[in-house]
Amino acid sequence: MRSLYLRRFRILFSAIVFICFFIIFVDFTHLIPSKYTDILLYLQFIPSLLMFYDLGTLASAGFASVLILALLTGRTYCSFLCPLGIGQDLNSRIGGRLRKKFRRYGFKKPFTIIRYTILAATVVVTIVWGIYMITLLDPLSIFGRFMTYFAKPVVIIINNFIAGILGKFDVYSLSNIPVQGFELLAYSIPVVFLLLIAGLSLTKGRLYCNMICPVGTLLGLFSKLSILRIKIDEGKCSKCGLCSVRCKSSCIDFLNHNIDVSRCVNCFNCVSVCPDKAISYSIVTVKTREDKTDKDKRKFIATSLALLFGLPFIARGQDKSAPVPKKVSTVKENKTYPVCPPGGGSIEDFNSDCTACSLCITACPNNVLQPALLQYGVKGMMQPVMDYRKSFCTYNCTVCTEVCPTNALRPLALEAKKLTRIGKVNFIKDNCIVKTEKTACGACSEACPTKAVYMIPYEGNLLIPETNVEICIGCGHCEFACPTTPYKAIYVDGVPVHEIAQKPENKESEIKTPVDFPF
Amino acid sequence: MKRRDFLKRSAGAGLAAGAAISFGKYDKLWTTLPGRAKYDMVAVMGGTPVDMFDLGIQELGGLGTFIQKGQKVLVKPNIGWDVVPDLAANTNPLLVKRIIEHCFKAGAKEVYVLDHTCDNWVNCYKNSGIEKAAKDAGAKVVPANSEKYYQQVEIPGGVKLKSAKVHELLLESDIFINVPILKDHNSTRMTCCLKNMMGVVWDRGYWHSNDLNQCIADYALFERKPALNIIDCYNVMVKHGPQGVSKEDIVQMKSMIITTDWVAGDAAATKMLGLETQRIEYIPLAHKMGLGNMNLDSLNIRRIKM
Repeated sequence: MRSLYLRRFRILFSAIVFICFFIIFVDFTHLIPSKYTDILLYLQFIPSLLMFYDLGTLASAGFASVLILALLTGRTYCSFLCPLGIGQDLNSRIGGRLRKKFRRYGFKKPFTIIRYTILAATVVVTIVWGIYMITLLDPLSIFGRFMTYFAKPVVIIINNFIAGILGKFDVYSLSNIPVQGFELLAYSIPVVFLLLIAGLSLTKGRLYCNMICPVGTLLGLFSKLSILRIKIDEGKCSKCGLCSVRCKSSCIDFLNHNIDVSRCVNCFNCVSVCPDKAISYSIVTVKTREDKTDKDKRKFIATSLALLFGLPFIARGQDKSAPVPKKVSTVKENKTYPVCPPGGGSIEDFNSDCTACSLCITACPNNVLQPALLQYGVKGMMQPVMDYRKSFCTYNCTVCTEVCPTNALRPLALEAKKLTRIGKVNFIKDNCIVKTEKTACGACSEACPTKAVYMIPYEGNLLIPETNVEICIGCGHCEFACPTTPYKAIYVDGVPVHEIAQKPENKESEIKTPVDFPF
Repeated sequence: MKRRDFLKRSAGAGLAAGAAISFGKYDKLWTTLPGRAKYDMVAVMGGTPVDMFDLGIQELGGLGTFIQKGQKVLVKPNIGWDVVPDLAANTNPLLVKRIIEHCFKAGAKEVYVLDHTCDNWVNCYKNSGIEKAAKDAGAKVVPANSEKYYQQVEIPGGVKLKSAKVHELLLESDIFINVPILKDHNSTRMTCCLKNMMGVVWDRGYWHSNDLNQCIADYALFERKPALNIIDCYNVMVKHGPQGVSKEDIVQMKSMIITTDWVAGDAAATKMLGLETQRIEYIPLAHKMGLGNMNLDSLNIRRIKM
C-alpha cells in the first residue's frame, strides 16, 4: 500500500479518538454514560491488562487485541489509540505551526539501554513491590491526569464565562461550576511529566514514546515480528532524506534503507512525503523478517511475556498473605486510615490495582475524590482518596465504580453500594456546637442518609448527636456538614477492608393520618 | 435592595396606586398588597395537592391577588435532598407545577425555581421531579450551586445573623412564593416556612454554628419576605427528618396550609406534627421580633375539608 490516504486516515481516526478521550476526561456535567467510556477504555493497554489480571475473563482482554494488533501491524496503537501519543502529535503540530518553522527530525540512534531498562524496571517493580511505576508511566493515566488536573479547570472556566453571559440574558441552561483545585503538592508529578512530555514532543517528536514509555517499548518488541510494516523500495529511492526529516520517531535510516520498526509508530508521514513513491506500508516476506531478527531481543520478548503473564499470578498469591496495610501517620485528626472509594474492596487491593488515571476523580459528581498525597503511602500517590473536607459521597451514586478502567474500583449495584462501609463515624462531643455553644445545630444528623447519626435529648430543649456505627457507611456527609473549625466534631475514619453495614431499620410512625385540623 | 432600586420600585408602586385610584379600582389596590387577603390563612384537607391548592388559592381570591401582571416571580420549594417524590423530603413536584401554572395565569412574566440543595444539586433537581415539573409548566429552573449566584445583604436588627449571602434571583424577582414541605427536623424539631429560607442563602454552616434557631428567626427580618407561603402537608415526614430514611417515616396527611404570615404558617404546621409551638424555638423568637403571629386563635383562618 502506497496510498497517500494512509496518513489522512490516521489523522482523522486519531482526531476522533483524541476528542472522545478529551471529552470523557473533562466531562464535568457527566453527559457521557459510562457504557460509552467503557468502549473507549477497553483497548487501553495497561488498564485492560490490569482488569484482565483482576477478572481473568476474555471480556476484559482488550490488551490482547492490542498485542495482536502490534504483531500484525506494528505500533499502530501508538498513533491511533493512545491519547497521550495523539496528544503529543497534536502538540508538536501546533508548536510547529506557531513557530512557523519546518521541523527536521532526522535519524537518531535508539536509546536502547534506557528504554529496555525502564520496561524491565516497570515489570520488576510492579511484580515485586507494586504499582508505583505503572502509576507513573501508564500513558492513559498520564493523559488522564493532564486532562483532570489541567484541562478540566480550563474547560470549566470557559463554561463559567459563557454561563455568566447567558445568565445576564436570563438563560440558565449552563450553570456556574465552582472550580475546585487539588492540593498544590498533588500537581507536582503531573507538572513534571507535562513539562517533560510537552518539551520532548515539541522538539524531538515521539522521543518520550521511544525512550520512556514502557508500553511503547513493549509494543516495539512485538512490532519486530509484525507482518505489515513500512518499507523503502531501494530501487526507487533517490536518497533525498525527506522521509527521515519528517519522521517523528527518528527511526528511518534512509542511507541504508533501514527502518527501526521497534520505534516506528505508523504515522505514515514518510509514505505521504516521499517524492519517489518509494515508501510503502505492506506485508513483509518471511525472508526479510528473518534477516533482521535479533535473537537476544526475541529472548527478551519471551522473558517479558513470561514476566507479564506468569509472575503476576504468583506475586498476587503473596499479596494475599501480606499483613494489613501499614498505618499512615501523615493524616490529620485521629484518622487511622484514609477512606478509599467504594468498590475498592480494601485499601490494599485498591492501592495495588489503581494507576491513578483520575477518570473517577473527573467523573465524581460531588468532587469528593481527590488525588492522594501520602494518605495511602508512596504507593498510592495520586490515587483517589475520599476528602470529606471538600465534599461527601452521594448516597445514590455509583459513578466512580462504573468508570474505572482497571477494575481497581469494581462495579457496585446501587443497593450494594448503599450498604458498603468505607469508613466509620466518630463523634467528638467536646467539639460539638451543642455542647460548646449550648445552641442547636444537628448539621451532621440532618445530612446522614442512614441516620447512623441521630439526635438524643441534651440539656433543656437541646438535642445532641449520637452515632450508631452499625448502620454507618462512611459517606462523610456528617463530617462535611459539621461547621466546627479547625477540627470537626464528627469525622469518618477509613476502614482498611470495606465492610457490609447493617440495613437501617425503620418502624411505622405512631402519628396517624389526621381526620381534622389540629388547630 | 440598593437604595436606587428601592426608589424606583417605590415610584412604580406609587404610580400604580395613583393610577388605580384614579380609575376607581380601589379594591384592586388593596388586594394587591400582601396581608390584605380575605383570610390570614387557608387550610385545606382531603384532596390531592393540586386540588387543594386550586381550592385554597381560590378562597384567597386567586394568585392574581398577590401577583401583578408582568412581574417576575420566584417560587422557592424545598429541593434539598436527592430523594424521590414519594419519600416527601422535597416539595411535591405536582404542587410546584400547579403553582407555576397559576403564576402565569395571573400574568407573571417569568417564574423562577431554585433551591440551594444539601445533596448534589443536579441529582436533587432531577430526582425530586421538580426540575421537570417546573420546566413543563414554563418556569426557569435556576442553579444555586455556586457562590457566584449569591449577593451579600444586610439584615438590620439581626441578633446573630447580621448579614447573609442570598441568591441573586431573590433580589431580582418582584415577588417570591415560599413553598416548603412540612417535615420533622432532627435539631429544630420542625422545618417549614422560616427554615425553608436556608435554601436561598449560601453559608448555612454559619447558621449552624451561631445559634441555628436565632439565625432562622433573624433571617425573617430581611426585607424580601414571601408574598405567600404554601405549605405542602400532603405526605409528611414525621421522623428521621429532614432527609428521611424510608417510607415508614411518612404519614399521609393530605393537607395544605396557605398563608401570608409565615410565623403563623409555622405555628399551624407544628400542630400538624403534634408538637408544642414553644419547643420550635425559632417560632416564638420570630413572633417576639414582630415578624408574624404564632397565636393561631387570633387569626382569621378558613378551614376546608374536601
